[in-house]
Amino acid sequence: MNVNSSSPSVFWIRNGDSIPLSRVPFYTPEDFRRICLEQVYSGGRLALLSSVPALYGRKGGKTLLALAADDENGKIGVLCADLEEKNSYLSLSSEIPQAQGFEREIFEEQGILPKNHPWLKPLRKQETPYPFFKVKGEGIHEVAVGPVHAGIIEPGHFRFQCSGETVHHLEIQLGYQHRGAEELFLRSSPERRLVISESFAGDTVIGHALAYCMEIEALSKSEPPLYAHILRGAALELERISNHIGDLGALCGDIGYLPGAAWFGRIRGEFLNWLMELSGNRFGRGLLKPGGVRFNLSAQQTENFLIRLDKAERDLKETAELTFNHPAVCSRFEETGIVSRAAAEALGMVGPAARSSGCERDVRRDHPFGIFRFYHIPTAAADTGDVMARAVLRWLETERSIQFIREQLTGLLEQSLEVELQTEIQKMSPEHLAVSMVESWRGEILHLAVTTSKGEITGYKIVDPSFHNWFGLALALRGGQISDFPLCNKSFNLSYSGHDL
Amino acid sequence: MFKLLKARLHQGYQTSRFPEAEIKLPERFRGKPVLDPAPCQENCSACAAVCPTQAITLDPFQIDLGACLFCPLCQEVCPEKKIHYTPDYHLAVNSKKDLKISEKEAKLAEALKTEMLKVLGRSLKLRQVSAGGCSGCEAELTALGNVVFDLSRFGIQFTASPRHADGIAVTGPVSKNMEAALRETYAAVPSPKIVIAVGACAISGGPFAGAKAALLGIPEDIPVDLYIPGCPPHPLTILDGLLRLLNRIKGSPSPFQKSGV
Ligand code: SF4
Repeated sequence: MNVNSSSPSVFWIRNGDSIPLSRVPFYTPEDFRRICLEQVYSGGRLALLSSVPALYGRKGGKTLLALAADDENGKIGVLCADLEEKNSYLSLSSEIPQAQGFEREIFEEQGILPKNHPWLKPLRKQETPYPFFKVKGEGIHEVAVGPVHAGIIEPGHFRFQCSGETVHHLEIQLGYQHRGAEELFLRSSPERRLVISESFAGDTVIGHALAYCMEIEALSKSEPPLYAHILRGAALELERISNHIGDLGALCGDIGYLPGAAWFGRIRGEFLNWLMELSGNRFGRGLLKPGGVRFNLSAQQTENFLIRLDKAERDLKETAELTFNHPAVCSRFEETGIVSRAAAEALGMVGPAARSSGCERDVRRDHPFGIFRFYHIPTAAADTGDVMARAVLRWLETERSIQFIREQLTGLLEQSLEVELQTEIQKMSPEHLAVSMVESWRGEILHLAVTTSKGEITGYKIVDPSFHNWFGLALALRGGQISDFPLCNKSFNLSYSGHDL
Repeated sequence: MFKLLKARLHQGYQTSRFPEAEIKLPERFRGKPVLDPAPCQENCSACAAVCPTQAITLDPFQIDLGACLFCPLCQEVCPEKKIHYTPDYHLAVNSKKDLKISEKEAKLAEALKTEMLKVLGRSLKLRQVSAGGCSGCEAELTALGNVVFDLSRFGIQFTASPRHADGIAVTGPVSKNMEAALRETYAAVPSPKIVIAVGACAISGGPFAGAKAALLGIPEDIPVDLYIPGCPPHPLTILDGLLRLLNRIKGSPSPFQKSGV
C-alpha cells in the first residue's frame, strides 16, 4: 500500500525540519479524525498524537496534534485539530489501536476526553484500586508482580490472568517512574535541558540527547560539521551495541546458559569503556551538545579502538555462535513470546521488536538523519516474532553496527578530515515547529518542539520507543506461561523511565 | 563441548584484581574535581551560573558532589581553568556535608561502627529500590555483578526480598509514585539495616531536582549511611564506597591512584 503523498490533507515535512506555525494545517475534529484514519489505513503510522498546550488558541481553542509517518517516502505529515472550546473528540483507538496510549495521555494530562475510547485507563497516574482487565471462570487466578522487582530493575506492575500455568492476559501498569520530566524540561535553562535529555532513559543517553540537539539545530537552522556527525553516529552505534549484547547476556542468564551470560556481559563493558574514553562517561554523557560534539577522537585513540574492535568482534562471534547453536538455547528461545506482524503493525511498534516481527521500519533508513544521510546501515529483519527472532536480530544489528563503526573510523584515519567539533548555534526561529527522530537501540525516539514569537521553546513533546512497544510485550505473553515472562521481558527490554517521563 | 572449552580458554580470566591492584580509568573520565585555591577574577560567577543543578557555591567556593552531574560545563566556562575534573573515582562519603568539595583535602567514607561491622562485615545483602531512576545507576549496579567486578567475591549480593536483606540501595529522585513502595521496602528490612544512596538523583534529585512528580532524593527521615555521587557513579566508585563501609578499604588512595595515571 502506498501513502498518497500528494494528498493535501497534511503538511509534509522531513526528519529534522522546522516549519513556521502558520504552515500547520488546522481542521475540525471530524476532518482531523478522517485524515488520521486515512493515513494509517494507507500504510502510514501515528508517530505522535498529542495535545500541545503551546498550540492552544492558535485557532479557536484547545488543539490536537498528529504526526503521521510515511516511512516509505521518508516524510512526516503534520496536522492539527481545533477543538474550539470543547473538551472532547471522538476517539481513534478502536479503529487504530496505536492511538490508545496517546489518547490516555491526552486525557490524563489535558483533560480532553476521547469519547468512546475502549477503556480509558490511567497511563501514569496511580489509581487504587487500578481497574485491571479480569478474566473470569473456573480455575482462573491472578498473579501480581511489582512494582519493586526481585532484580536490579526499574519499577512497574505486572498482572497476569492465568489458568494453571497458561497466561490468558497480561496487563502492564506503569507510572511509578513518572517524575514530571517533560514539564520540568520545559521550564529549565538550555544547559539543564541537555542533562535532562540525557536522563529521559539512562540507557539511551546518546539517543535522546541527539534528538534534543537535532531539535535545536532544526530550529536555529544550524548544521553540525561532518566530523561531529561521524562521532555522533559512532556513539549512537556504540550505545546500540552495548545494549544489544548486554541484553543477549541477560537472556542467556535467564535460561542458565552461563558462558553466554558471562561473556556477553563482559564484552558489553568493552563498548561502554570506549564511550567513556571518548566522552568521559560510560554512557556517553557530556559528548553531545547542540551544534556538534564536545570531544574529538585522536588518531592514536582511533587506531587503538580499531584494534580492540577487531578483538571484541572475534570474541562476540565466538560467543554468539556457541549461544545460537546450543540446543537448550534454541529450544527455549524458539516459539516463545510470539508477536505477529499484524499485531506489531496495529500497535505501531518500532525498533528491533517491530523488525523481529517482520515490520521493517528503521529511522536510520526511512527518515535518515545525521551521518545516516550519507552512509546507510543495512536494516536487519526477521519474521518469526519470537524471543529467538528478537535475540538473533540484536546480534545481526550488532555485527552491522560494528562494521559501520569500523568504516567510519578507518575513514577518519585515511581522509584526515578536519577536526571540527561544532558549529555555532544561531538564534532559534520564532513561532516554529520542529520534529526530530532518531533510531535508538530500542527504536524510534521522537521529539517535537514549538517556539514562541521570541524564538524560545514553549512546547516540547518526547516519545520514547517504549511508549509504542509495551503493549507488544503484553501480547507476547498471551497463551504462554508465566515462566516465559522474564525471557520475553528481556527480549524487549523496554524502558520504564522513558515511558513514564 | 570441545568448542566451549576452547572458547573458555580463549576468553580467558577476566576478573579484575581490584582492590589489590588499582584499575586505571581513562584520562577523560570525570571523577573528583580539583579546585584551584588561587582567588578568582573579581565578580566572576561563570561556573555557578552555568551549572545545571546549582551544585556550585562561590562563597565559600565549593562543589556539592551530591548534586553535581559531572557534566563538565563549569570546567569548560571557567576563564582561569580553576576547576579540573580528574579521573579519581574515589567519591563515596558518609554524610551530606562531606559531599561538599572545596580546595582542601576531601574526606572519604569510613567504616560502619564495630557492632554493625560484626553483623554485616563479611556478608552484606542488599535490596535495590529504583524510585524514578533512569536506569543509568541501575545499570552500573548490575554491572558490579559481571565477571570483571564480580561483587559476590566480597560477600556482597543483591537479594530478591527485603526480608532477606541487610539494607537497601536506592536510585532515582524518588518519584512520588514510588515513595510508598520505598518506605514499605525499607520497613520490611530487618534491623540493623543500612541505606545507600546511589547517584545524584537519590542524593539530591539530580537532574530532576524540582520536578513536580518527584522528591529531592531519599526523604530526610530515612537515615543514609553511604552517599555515592555520580550520574551515574562508575562501578568502581560504588565498589570502593561499599568496601570502605565494610572496612575492607581504608585510608586515602595513593597519589598514584588519585591521578589515575
Ligand atoms: S560538572 Fe557538576 S558542578 Fe560543574 S557544571 Fe556540571 S553539574 Fe555543575
